[in-house]
Amino acid sequence: MSTQHSRTAARFMIAPATVLLLGWMLIPLCMTLYYSFRRYRLLTPDRTGWVGFRNYENFLTNPAFMDALTNTLALVLGVLIITVVLGVLLAILLDQPMFGQGIVRILVIAPFFVMPTVSALVWKNMFMNPVNGLFAYAAKAVGLQPYDFLSQAPLLSIIGIVSWQWLPFATLILLTAIQSLDSEQMEAAEMDGASPLSRFWFITLPHLSRAITVVILIQTIFLLSIFAEILVTTNGGPGTASTNLTYLVYAESLLNYDVGEGSAGGVIAIILANIVAIFLMRMIGKNLDA
Amino acid sequence: MARAVTQKRKLIATLAAWTIGMAIFFPILWTIITSFKTEAEAIADPPSLFWFDWTLENYNVVNERSNYPLHFMNSVIISLGSTLLGLIIAVPAAWSMAFVPGKRTKDVLMWMLSTKMLPPVGVLIPIYLISRDLGVLDSRLALVVILTLINLPIIVWMLYTYFKEIPGEILEAARMDGATLKSEILYVLTPMAVPGIASTVLLNIILAWNEAFWTLNLTAAKSAPLTAFIASYSSPEGLFYAKLSAASTMAIAPILIMGWFSQKQLVRGLTFGAVK
Repeated sequence: MSTQHSRTAARFMIAPATVLLLGWMLIPLCMTLYYSFRRYRLLTPDRTGWVGFRNYENFLTNPAFMDALTNTLALVLGVLIITVVLGVLLAILLDQPMFGQGIVRILVIAPFFVMPTVSALVWKNMFMNPVNGLFAYAAKAVGLQPYDFLSQAPLLSIIGIVSWQWLPFATLILLTAIQSLDSEQMEAAEMDGASPLSRFWFITLPHLSRAITVVILIQTIFLLSIFAEILVTTNGGPGTASTNLTYLVYAESLLNYDVGEGSAGGVIAIILANIVAIFLMRMIGKNLDA
Repeated sequence: MARAVTQKRKLIATLAAWTIGMAIFFPILWTIITSFKTEAEAIADPPSLFWFDWTLENYNVVNERSNYPLHFMNSVIISLGSTLLGLIIAVPAAWSMAFVPGKRTKDVLMWMLSTKMLPPVGVLIPIYLISRDLGVLDSRLALVVILTLINLPIIVWMLYTYFKEIPGEILEAARMDGATLKSEILYVLTPMAVPGIASTVLLNIILAWNEAFWTLNLTAAKSAPLTAFIASYSSPEGLFYAKLSAASTMAIAPILIMGWFSQKQLVRGLTFGAVK
């Protein structure tokens, strides 16, 4: 029960956040749209003018675009599959009674708190380096040739690094969901003679479906924007082998100084992200009603 | 009836979980250990896990040579500044949405969330150009403002879910007793809201500390926080593993510790209340 007085106050208190976010969203968005139809190169800033859809044409027909698109999809899907599958298994394991559960949880969650540039550099140098990396020592120790991860399989290596960063997130959320599973249901199934596998398939997994969806959607939002890991490990290379959409837009606009084409790429990235966002918003919105 | 757990099963689970946990944690452990080695030992073949001469040399070198304290302070100022600023803007908003919900409250919340879905690269160019034209490229102020705006939806949402759990009857009772809006907020709401605010602050410091898109793109030497400073090690000269490890350890240690304290709230904050 609220009075007219408190309603006015409420509107007043909500205003700063709303106005700021509105400005933060609309102004840059309109500018990106505007530039995407303009000729604007930072090296020749005087030559400007409307170019219609030519920036979009250039961006979309740039051979790097298809590579970036496939790389983005591979990166997102690869990390999602690894983190969700391993996350479910790990969450089930961590849910078992054991000694030192709290400490194990702390160990597992740790990578999530490591800043992207640190984890990328540590993996690049101290593990994947073909001369001095730990993996190279391990290979030599068993008589194999050291493998140059970041130049032989740059995208897979980055998928590995990013998965290491995000596995804790998936595990933590799935573990929280598992812990809310009704244990009596499990016991009943056990007494009725359901095997562990069918208990997992018919009780645990359906119970987790909602949490898994949330993990997939949220990770997708972040994974579409992976940048630092690529910048410090491969710079998108060799060639465009590990360039994703975010990195391509960055390279076009701030390395090639083509603001127009970069903006067109930005608009395309926004459209792609929105497709994912719609699903995510629907899920969270449903939860608000409950 | 609790399920009977055989001792053997518990032992197997313990062994498996510890093995996997250590494997996942190993890169961090290895970084910390390497930071105490000399550069020569850091690339020694075979590498040694514990049996080397431990030294603090790298920490001294990093601290003296590379303006490390400046970048550390940049990180502190940017993450604390953006969190505080965000809190000042978000607390009133979340408070009013939780206690005086209107017809549109849900829409406003969802819309705020939608701003978080905007891929940063979509607005990189305008933000870059605006910062350049305002002369705030490579300034801490610009980063504080941008990180505030980026994390504002998360702050509002987290506070909202916490405030929602405070029973509204208490506020009404206070109002009946003649409390003004100001004293209602100050003496009734605040004490109950402190735990929620604390976890929100913690999570946001972590997110701001580790943010690596805007910090890499909008800073150079002067205002670069640790994310950008560490990135400068990607094209190194000479032997640098031990120094990289020392710099990394100092960069992640404060957040690692804060993170371990906030792991329970993390789930709620990062899923916008969809998983509790």
